[in-house]
This record gives sequence, structure tokens and C-alpha cells, in this order.
Amino acid sequence: MSVKIALAGNPNSGKTTLFNALTGSSQHVGNWPGVTVEKKEGKIKGQADVRLVDLPGIYSLSPYTLEEVVARDYLTKERPDAIINIVDGSNIERNLYLTTQVMELGIPVIVALNMMDVVRKNGDIIDVKKLSAALGCEVVEISALRGTGVAEIAKKAAALASSGKQTPPQHTFNEVVEAALHTLADLLPADIKPEQKRWYAVKLFERDKKVLQSVSLTAKMEEIIGCTEETLEDDAESIITNERYEYISGLVRGCVRKKRKGLSVSDKIDRVVTNRFLALPIFAVVMFLVYYVSVTTVGGWATDWANDGLFGDGFHLFGVWIPGIPVLLGNVLEKLGTAEWLNSLILDGIVGGVGAVLGFVPQMLVLFIFLAFLEACGYMARIAFIMDRIFRKFGLSGKSFIPILIGTGCGVPGVMASRTIENDRDRKMTIITTTFIPCGAKLPIIALIAGALFDGAWWVSPSAYFVGIAAIIVSGIMLKKTKLFAGDPAPFVMELPAYHLPTAGNVLRSMWERGWSFIKKAGTIILLSTIVLWFLQGFGFEDGAFGMVEDLNNSVLANVGSVIAFLFAPLGWGDWKAAVAAVTGLIAKENVVGTFGILFGFAEVAEDGAEVWGTLAASYSALAAYSFLVFNLLCAPCFAAIGAIKREMNSAKWTWFAIGYQCIFAYVISLCIYQIGSVFAGGAFGIGTVVAIVLAAVLIYLIFRPNPYKETLSRRTQVRSVQA
Amino acid sequence: MKTLKEVRCGQTVKVARLHGEGAVKRRIMDMGITRGCEIYVRKVAPLGDPVEVTVRGYELSLRKADAEMIEIC
Repeated sequence: MSVKIALAGNPNSGKTTLFNALTGSSQHVGNWPGVTVEKKEGKIKGQADVRLVDLPGIYSLSPYTLEEVVARDYLTKERPDAIINIVDGSNIERNLYLTTQVMELGIPVIVALNMMDVVRKNGDIIDVKKLSAALGCEVVEISALRGTGVAEIAKKAAALASSGKQTPPQHTFNEVVEAALHTLADLLPADIKPEQKRWYAVKLFERDKKVLQSVSLTAKMEEIIGCTEETLEDDAESIITNERYEYISGLVRGCVRKKRKGLSVSDKIDRVVTNRFLALPIFAVVMFLVYYVSVTTVGGWATDWANDGLFGDGFHLFGVWIPGIPVLLGNVLEKLGTAEWLNSLILDGIVGGVGAVLGFVPQMLVLFIFLAFLEACGYMARIAFIMDRIFRKFGLSGKSFIPILIGTGCGVPGVMASRTIENDRDRKMTIITTTFIPCGAKLPIIALIAGALFDGAWWVSPSAYFVGIAAIIVSGIMLKKTKLFAGDPAPFVMELPAYHLPTAGNVLRSMWERGWSFIKKAGTIILLSTIVLWFLQGFGFEDGAFGMVEDLNNSVLANVGSVIAFLFAPLGWGDWKAAVAAVTGLIAKENVVGTFGILFGFAEVAEDGAEVWGTLAASYSALAAYSFLVFNLLCAPCFAAIGAIKREMNSAKWTWFAIGYQCIFAYVISLCIYQIGSVFAGGAFGIGTVVAIVLAAVLIYLIFRPNPYKETLSRRTQVRSVQA
Repeated sequence: MKTLKEVRCGQTVKVARLHGEGAVKRRIMDMGITRGCEIYVRKVAPLGDPVEVTVRGYELSLRKADAEMIEIC
């Protein structure tokens, strides 16, 4: 018979490490239904037929955060056969707070007391027997990092799950609360099982929103709660929380003996790292290192190798020339004598398209090693601590800095880096805005426009970054005030975990999980999109017949370009060539330059398209070219980045919203630049100018209007009125 | 009424009561800041907000706006 065990615990309690140690490689990573919270499942090593479900890291079973609701719903609805509650022994007081709640669920619990190696090293003593008796369940000392006690907890948890033995909660609150809870338990509907009565009584007492949806609060119950609140002069939710911590304080006093001593190593590190004067310089150095290694040097080499070597002509391996995949495949196809269109589909369409995407993988893996390390060692939380003040003004999190920084190299790992942001709204906002910053592939477009129309003026390139940063700030402020991002204010009450050195295994595993989820995406949505665009680009009517075209001018894409070109006329570049160039940018942004080259009759152009500068300057005005540049900087990113957005949003609706928002925003900004700029350049004041001014006014209104959903404000005024 | 927001670095204070309601208040309490517990104000972030405190033996950071909801004695 197969049994199901859930693993519950606080964030930073070593839960992931324990899960990895318990399940080894038999893991399945997915998402909890309907939400972007990651779900992991696996089989426990050495225990036949025992499935382990990793719950999100939570501090409480309150009904307020997404993670807590996911964990609660799983525990109360799916009812696993047992729960392993991991408790960080070096931070026992707050960790036991969740334990008191988990014990009430009426599901057998076993406590894994983790980080015992740290506890012993600190010279602290935990009386496990006493703790176990007080909690009413077995407590096993482990060190997930060192692997001690892991086999024991696996065996005991499996035995507990199959025995069906209950572990009723032993903790009690004060008499007044206990009396109320007992009366509430007696008033509960008859269909609630005896072992779940305590949970329901406590939750009804707290007037828990989620529980009230299934069990209604009768007038009699409300009266009992009201009376207790009056007696204790506090609201019911606070009473329960206070009581839990009161109980735990007493328990810890009885079971834990702390050796009093000075600052721990972690404290000493923190004194330097988040020091008032040193914090920002240290932060700058860390960020520079991350950027330098993952974008400029190692990551850059890896991408070049993958793009130009593996998916290009070939590369040298210890002096031996190894041809790239397209070359090898091309030779095979030539030998087989396949049709020309099939060769083109395989080489240009599939290998070219997916290669362009997979080319980012090595660089991504380098970055993910950094991210995993920064997260696991505890510095990521400090980044949020240091940067919070700036970023929260734009509806972003302090941790948004990393995605945006990485985004200057490549938007794909940038978007993927947003996964370190726990808060759902902050993360979505970061995903939507990260690709506004000019990535490496957009640099050739900047070079093209700057060279062709601005005589290589020094300010064009910095202005592109300025536009990107402004777009992030403006979008953040605007979106923050919309209904989509409104709701309960997310409190920034964040644990700063103790610093510790993560194991290589955990860092590599985290790197691989993230990388793999992107590779899977490259194999599906991105593959499909590139094939469609390859077809549009390579096929069309030539000499009266439909087929593969020699000249891009005859392709379906060129036809589509001429049809949609009028859309871009108000932006100053309603010419089909520019429209087609913008579309081919979807495969990879640097394609924009190459497409211009082909359309203007050059077989191959330099990276900055120097050959077409003259023609381009003759075809477009400086203002139109700048508008074209801004549109390409801000509009939907390449398919690879769209794939990453889809992966991180985990929702078609939100992906379309992100893409739609980016395109509309790019359109409006380019329109305003071109139309209003034309007037300043001495052009006529026309209908386009009026539209642009109206749009600019709307934009300014959206930025500066008061936030209609600001609940924090009412909360603060409440506090102030109490003061007055 | 004195709140945690006004406490200077290096001082230890005791929580008198919590103001506000709903998710924010519950979150602050879930993290261990409850009536009667001791809070040591460790440091202020380099840009002036948030603050870092020690509560129940671990490090917690919270914004000054949230610290304002914590009345101390």
C-alpha cells in the first residue's frame, strides 16, 4: 500500500536540503494547480511506496499568503498520511510556531529537528525527550546538510504514516481561551472528524476567512468569541497568536539551554556586509562580479561558443576542429540528398531558431549558479534589505535589481532570475519590465541607428539605457495603481537568515532545475514560433508560383509587412521594410540589422550594419529612426525571452498581458516622440500631434494620479488617529 | 505613544501592543512580534529604511511604515 507524506517547515529551515537528501534523484518538479508556486514530489529513498510532497516554505497556516493557502489546502483537503515538520534547531522558537499549528490538523506528525550540528557547535543543548513529550510527537535530531539522521527520519515517518497512529496536540492555551475552544468544538457540525475538531475550533475562533467558507459561524459561536475577546481585551486572531508564542516561550525555557556568548560568525559577517557605509560598495562589487562573470567573461564565452561554435561553423577543442551542429547536419542532409526546402527547414528553421535559443543556456547556467549561491548563502535576503527603499517606490522588490542587471546582458536569464522574488505581484511586475532594459542583442540596433542617422553621436547609446530605465520606473508606477496589482499591501517583514556555506550539490541541483525548465520551453513554444517565422520569411509567390523564394522581398513576410506597415506610419516609419525588420527581431533582436541589410540589397552586413547606413539615412528622418529605435527597445522581446516570460508567469493570460503591455507601451512612447518631436523640428501641427499630446497627457495622469487602491493609507491614518 | 519606528539602533524594547489589522498585522505577529516580547534594534539599512531587528533569537527586517504599527513601552 502506498502512503503519502508531506514535508512542512519554515523558509530557510533546510527544507529543500532535507527533501533532496530524502528523495535523491527521484524528483518531479511542477507547479501547484492554478498558481505559480513550485511543487516538488519524490519517492523516499529506501522506503518502498512512500511518496513525499514538499510543501511551500511557510511561517504560519494563516489564510493570507499564497504559499500558506496552498499548503493549508493540501493538508486539509488531500490529507496526507503523515507530516514531517522540519524545525531549525538553531532558530527553534519561531520554527515551533508553525509546529503548534501543524499539530492541530489531526494528521500524524513527526518533527525533524534540523541543524543539530550548528546547535552543538554553538554549545547549546536541546532536551529532545522533553520536547517530544511536550509536543506529543516524536522528535528526531538531524542535520540535513551533513546527512545525519536522514535515514532514521525516513524510516520513522514511513512507519508512522502506515501505522495510522494519531499524534494529538498537547499544547494548551490559557483557561479562558481553552474554555471557549471546547465550547466551539462541541458546537461544530457533526460531520467533522474528532481528530480535526481542534483545528476547526481554533480556526473558527480566529474567524479564519477560508474556513468560514465551509463551516458557518453561528450566533452562539460569535457570542462566545466576542465574550473571550472582551475578557482578554484583544481580537481573537491576536489572542491565539499571542497564546501560541506564550506557550512556546515556556516550552523553550524548559527544553533549551543556550550558551550565552558574543557575536556568532554570521553576526560578524553581517556587521560588515550590511554596514551603513560598506553595504552599498560591497553590493556594487558583488553585482559587478555576478555581471562580469555571467555576462561579460565566462557567460559571454559560453554563449559565443554555443552560438558560433556548437550552433555555428564549429569550434576548436584542444586544437582539434569540431564542426558545429548545422555543418554536421548539413553534410548528412547533403549525403541523403533531401529536398532543398527540407534542408532549409531543418538548418535555418529548426536548428537556427532553437540554436539561437539554446545558445543562451550555458550562460544561463553560469548565472543560475550565482543565483543559487546568493540565495542559499543568505545574501539574497540582504540585497532586498539594501535595495528595498528604492525599488518599492516603483512597485518592484529590492530583489528586482538582479533581473534588471542581468537583463542588460540578456533578457532571457534576466526574466528567469525573477524567480528569486517571493512576492507574486513584485515578481510579475519585474517580469513585465525586465526586458525594457537594452540587452546585448539590441546593441547592434542602437549602433545601426546611431551610425546611420546621428553620425555616431555619443548620446544615442546612453539615451537607450535611459529610455529603458525610465520605462521600468514609469511602468512600475503606472501598473502599481491599476486593479491588477492592487489588493492587500504586501508587508515587507522578511527574515534575514544566518549566513552559511551551501553545498555544491544543492547549488548545482537548483541551477539544473531552472535551466531545464527553460530548455523544455525552447523545445515547444519557441520551436513552433521560429518555424512559423521561418516559413513566412522563406516562402511566397515568385514568378507566379508559390514556393521558396530567392528574394526576401517576395516572401509572405514582406507581404504581411506591407499590410501592417500603415500601423507604423504614425511613428514615422510606415515603410514595409522597417515593419518587416521589427518582426524578424522576434527571433533575435540583432536580426533587425541583418534584415535591413537584405532588404536594402546587401547579402551580408557587419554587426552594426555599416553598409546600409547611407541608404537608411536617405530613407528615414533622424526622428523617425529614433522612434524606430525606441519601439524596438521596448516592444515584445525575442521568442526566447517570451518563452522565459511564459515559463515564469506560468499563465497564458499573464504572458499575453506582458507582451501586449510592452507593445502598446512601446507604440505610445514612439508615437509621442515622433509626433511631438516633429512639431519641435518645425513640422506641421496635425491630427497626429493632437493624438500624441492626448496620449502623453493620459500617461502623465496615470503616473501622477493618486492610487485608488491604496489600503496602506487608511491603515496608516488609523495609526495616526490613535496617536492624536 | 512610542512606536518601534522611533527606537534608535542598539536599544532593546518591549512590545506593548500592535496596531493595524488584517494580513499585515497577522504577518508581523506570525514572525514572532507579539505583546510582551523583546525587540533589539540592530541597524538601519544604508538608505535609511528598512530596519533590522533581533526578535526571538533571529534577524528580521521590516519597513519603518510597518514598525510604526508596533507600540512599545
